[in-house]
Amino acid sequence: MRLKQISVFLENKKGRLQDVCSLLGSNGINMRALTIAETESFGVLRMVVDKSDQAIDLLRKNDFAANVTDVVAVEVEDKPGGLAGILKIISDNDVNIEYMYGFVEKFSDKALLVFRFEDTDHAQRILNENGVSIVAEKDIQGL
Amino acid sequence: MTEKFWNKEIETAPRDQIEKLQVQGLKKVIQWALDTPFYGKKLKKSEINSPDDFNCIADLTKLPFTTKDDLRNNFPRGLLAVDMSEVVRIHSSSGTTGIPTVIYFTQDDVNRWSDIVARSIIATGARKGDIFQNMMTYGLFTGGLGLHYGAEKVGMTVIPVSSGNTKRQVQIMKDFQSTVVHATPSYLMHLHSVIEQSGPGLAGLALRKTFVGAEPHSENTRLKIEEMFGIDAYNSYGLSELNGPGVAFECEFKDSMHVWEDAYIVEIIDPATGQQLPAGEEGEVVLTNLIRQATPLIRYRTRDLAYLTNEPCRCGRTHQRLSRITGRTDDMLIINGVNVFPSQIEEIIMQIPEVGTNWQICLDKDGALDKLTVNVEIYSKMFSGDASQIEKLRSRIKEELRASIVINPIVRLHEPGFLPVSEGKAKRVIDNRPKI
Repeated sequence: MRLKQISVFLENKKGRLQDVCSLLGSNGINMRALTIAETESFGVLRMVVDKSDQAIDLLRKNDFAANVTDVVAVEVEDKPGGLAGILKIISDNDVNIEYMYGFVEKFSDKALLVFRFEDTDHAQRILNENGVSIVAEKDIQGL
Repeated sequence: MTEKFWNKEIETAPRDQIEKLQVQGLKKVIQWALDTPFYGKKLKKSEINSPDDFNCIADLTKLPFTTKDDLRNNFPRGLLAVDMSEVVRIHSSSGTTGIPTVIYFTQDDVNRWSDIVARSIIATGARKGDIFQNMMTYGLFTGGLGLHYGAEKVGMTVIPVSSGNTKRQVQIMKDFQSTVVHATPSYLMHLHSVIEQSGPGLAGLALRKTFVGAEPHSENTRLKIEEMFGIDAYNSYGLSELNGPGVAFECEFKDSMHVWEDAYIVEIIDPATGQQLPAGEEGEVVLTNLIRQATPLIRYRTRDLAYLTNEPCRCGRTHQRLSRITGRTDDMLIINGVNVFPSQIEEIIMQIPEVGTNWQICLDKDGALDKLTVNVEIYSKMFSGDASQIEKLRSRIKEELRASIVINPIVRLHEPGFLPVSEGKAKRVIDNRPKI
């Protein structure tokens, strides 16, 4: 199971992040996880939302430079060492992470981790084999 | 006792004598021009078949103008008047739309050009015995080599250091006790700030004069340079189509530039009508090159705006003087002495698929030097979602611009729709540099 992450190119300008958030918010789209990759002059907003197809359409219609990237989200116990356990599986199996970010769910005792792997299929197989719980699209919608 | 003139007889000739030389020169140029594919056709169309139709300077207006487009459209050999084996030098400029222009020189052409540059140098009071550090770029650009040959002809000690590497320039100025330098005004200002920062300042320098050119500057800029270095600065004018530097040069009195009229016929025209304008009225500078056989050029429209004065000069020279260049009839920009058309920048960025339709360039001063910022909107559909893609795109645009216009720009990427869209003609160039 993979998730669709939405990336939006944002220039460093006041209120730009808010523009994205309020556009999604006013259309009933809920963000589950987000991070910003930034450089001196621009940023790339990455997020996992509950209705990704609708979100990407909406962003593009509003002239945002946005695209979809496959990511894998996993749930881990929200306790010390939770992430380390997953990372050990990943590195023991030579899976490369391009980037990752985390998010704590408020209604459960799990943390949500979003990974962008070099080879998504391979990474998913490894995670499955090791019994790591991967978050599916429908789980995100229900969170 | 040092000689004040390089060629006193010609430099101080009465007007009728100068005009006689011009008519003789023009006859020669027409003969040369008729040997080129381009003028062969163009002149015949204007029913000019022989130099014999030209007997006074007023006949000049019978001749058609030549434009930069003519040079481009006839690249590479359409204006070549001699056999290629007679050509000893080629100077070329990268074109605004990818089509370059080229100028050929025979050995005699190089000699005549060098002689005019030598005359220019002597007019400023520089002479044999001076140590001349040439900070203009050598290469296909004419600024470096043009002064080089003229200075050697004068007998100066020439240091062909070319442009850039400011610390080394300063070291060389000290090591060889350079007395005269040739540079753009903005580079001299930059040079001064580097000297200030690096310790003993001007102590240990022997500088007394500088020739400045290749970019428009104000009288105040000249005064500032003179004051900063404690030297005299002489303005010069030239363009590669007309050989290069030495078309006009200031004499010791630094009051506008003498156009060497036995070598170049100068006219000022109304750019809209093409009619000649009298002295004192500003218009487009039009030049005819009388001293180059390999690439004759007749009534060339320079696109530079200026005016002439024919008041007698205190130096005794009778050749008319050209004012500072006050502007351009086109949108050419001069950035640190390099000529750049906005269309060149457009050409480069528009061939990159990740770039959207809107772009803008900004020019600012960064200390004494010009700073070019290119703002580009990205094309949404090409955005992969990767931050590294954007960073790569930015370096690619920067690198391609640097390679093509020889200026290192700052490149900023913007979201689609973020650059101002003006109604009608888009305002692509924001020039924040102080007006001259």
